[in-house]
Amino acid sequence: MNKTIKFLLAVMVIVVAHPAAARVRVDITKGNIDPMPIAAPDFLGRTEVSTGLARDITGVLMADLDRSGLFSVIDQRAYIERPEGVNVRPRFADWRIINAQVLVIGEVDQLPDGRVQVSTRIWDVYADEQLGAVAFKTPADNWRRAAHKVADFVYKSLTGEDGYFDTRVVFVHETGPKEDRVKRLMIMDQDGANPVPLTDGLDYKVLTPRFSPTQQQITYMALFDNRPGQVYLFNIETGEQEQLGTFRGMTFAPRFSPDGTNVIMSMARGGNSDVFAMELATRRLTRLTDNPAIDTSPTMSPDGKRVGFTSDRGGTQQIYVMNADGSNQRRITFGEGRYQTPVWSPRGDLIAFTRQYQGRFYIGVIRPDGTGERLLTESFLDEGPTWSPNGRVLMFFRETPTRHDGTGGSSVLWSVDLTGHNLRRVRTPANASDPAWSPLLP
Amino acid sequence: MTGNKLLKIAGIAGTFALLAACATTGPDVDASNEVDQTVAAQPSGPAPGSQADLEQSSGHRVFFAYNEYTLTSRAQSTLSRQAAWLKEYPETRIMVAGNCDERGTREYNLALGNRRAEAARAYLVSLGIDGARITTVSYGKERPLDPRSTEEAWSLNRNSTTTIAGVSS
Repeated sequence: MNKTIKFLLAVMVIVVAHPAAARVRVDITKGNIDPMPIAAPDFLGRTEVSTGLARDITGVLMADLDRSGLFSVIDQRAYIERPEGVNVRPRFADWRIINAQVLVIGEVDQLPDGRVQVSTRIWDVYADEQLGAVAFKTPADNWRRAAHKVADFVYKSLTGEDGYFDTRVVFVHETGPKEDRVKRLMIMDQDGANPVPLTDGLDYKVLTPRFSPTQQQITYMALFDNRPGQVYLFNIETGEQEQLGTFRGMTFAPRFSPDGTNVIMSMARGGNSDVFAMELATRRLTRLTDNPAIDTSPTMSPDGKRVGFTSDRGGTQQIYVMNADGSNQRRITFGEGRYQTPVWSPRGDLIAFTRQYQGRFYIGVIRPDGTGERLLTESFLDEGPTWSPNGRVLMFFRETPTRHDGTGGSSVLWSVDLTGHNLRRVRTPANASDPAWSPLLP
Repeated sequence: MTGNKLLKIAGIAGTFALLAACATTGPDVDASNEVDQTVAAQPSGPAPGSQADLEQSSGHRVFFAYNEYTLTSRAQSTLSRQAAWLKEYPETRIMVAGNCDERGTREYNLALGNRRAEAARAYLVSLGIDGARITTVSYGKERPLDPRSTEEAWSLNRNSTTTIAGVSS
């Protein structure tokens, strides 16, 4: 674990992509009606070791691109040309025949210092021109991250936006009977690889973990048997954790401010829950709402100026937005049913939410001014959306009902594009809930 | 809603207790006249002042309507019996836990469970029980009594549950 975090990826851009007016481009705002056909022959290696590594890297790269829904990766068995190296110009005609629009060619070389260099070129098959090239140097056992970096480079070259493949997800790993689930904090790569438990699940249940936008830190709620649950901070690098303040009442629903300096959360006092901000450096607590209704699930806009939250002050749970100092509280959702768990997009343009309506649960998005509501998913229980760092994909968890004898019933992570397309199951070791996406790794 | 639904709940509670075959954690019924007479008639009843005694003589659990935290008249009578029992055992401290069904979001249900526990606590205090003897906790939707995804199970899972936290010496 430590190694992956401390691992510094040396990035060396060999050739900067030259923006051309006619260059091939994926429009990520319109869903995956027509994913772009892309070919990625196995990366080349000159030794047995580097050849094996190269094949593994290609597999992870292709899986990333395929899962994004923006690309359709052409089956390797259809390829005609066998590329000879990253510095050899491909025979574009061979790739046009199989309808590839984009070709990714790569090479893995072992360096004298024991590391490997992963070099990649992206080609526009129809324009016969290079779209970009990049090389990463990395310890051989961090090849998965190199593959994700290549996938992010392809994504950015073709969409113009940052990718989200070299990221991780924290979530709650669930085992045991529904009446008393063991709930442990777990972390994994965004593609489900390398799952690592971070807590033992013995003394408390972990709920609602959230990633710091700036540090290798998580905030979550610990739910105890015999005292009110409390918000904790967890340092991923050291494994150390600490309770965030000492309060008689329950603290819950924590979330970092976008600059990482504050945790905003709810605190319960005598049956009432309000929203507070705690500055981490000073542990100074500021009250943001003061209302006899339940105010919870705060989320801050990326510019730090506004806070969205759930409140039942109007009779049912609805989403409200206020200034970061608590002033100017106003309701933004007016549809039927209950709107909860607002989560501000890292792009700032949308707020994702969980909506309950007539016995069903939905994940949706709405503009911060309350216009443009769109529902993206629906099931017996969909809850707890989290944004990819580029604001294009949402991950959430979906529960299925138990059978009539109380057994069965699953909790699974899913992802869906902002467009509502490309609903995908996210691989986890067991039942899982409460996903939280990390920022792009440094 | 209250009358019919609570009768239904009591009936379900009985069924569930049989199914679960788990005397200590099975849901109690919500009125003293529904206490199982065969149990009460056994020669050795629960130890006076014990959790089992509390459950048998007053009921340790009260139920709520969907998305609600107001105490029904049945809940109030159960809590009245709890208060009387607590006056019999003035050294006993209790913990009241608020619970919710799975038809809500995790964070809101934590707040709602807190409201339910505090509503029960406030009622006990209004009946003369020292607030210092009562702690509250919310489990939200994390500890359902009945794991089934049915209306019946959800009715049972919307509760506040009183357990003995200790006895002051």
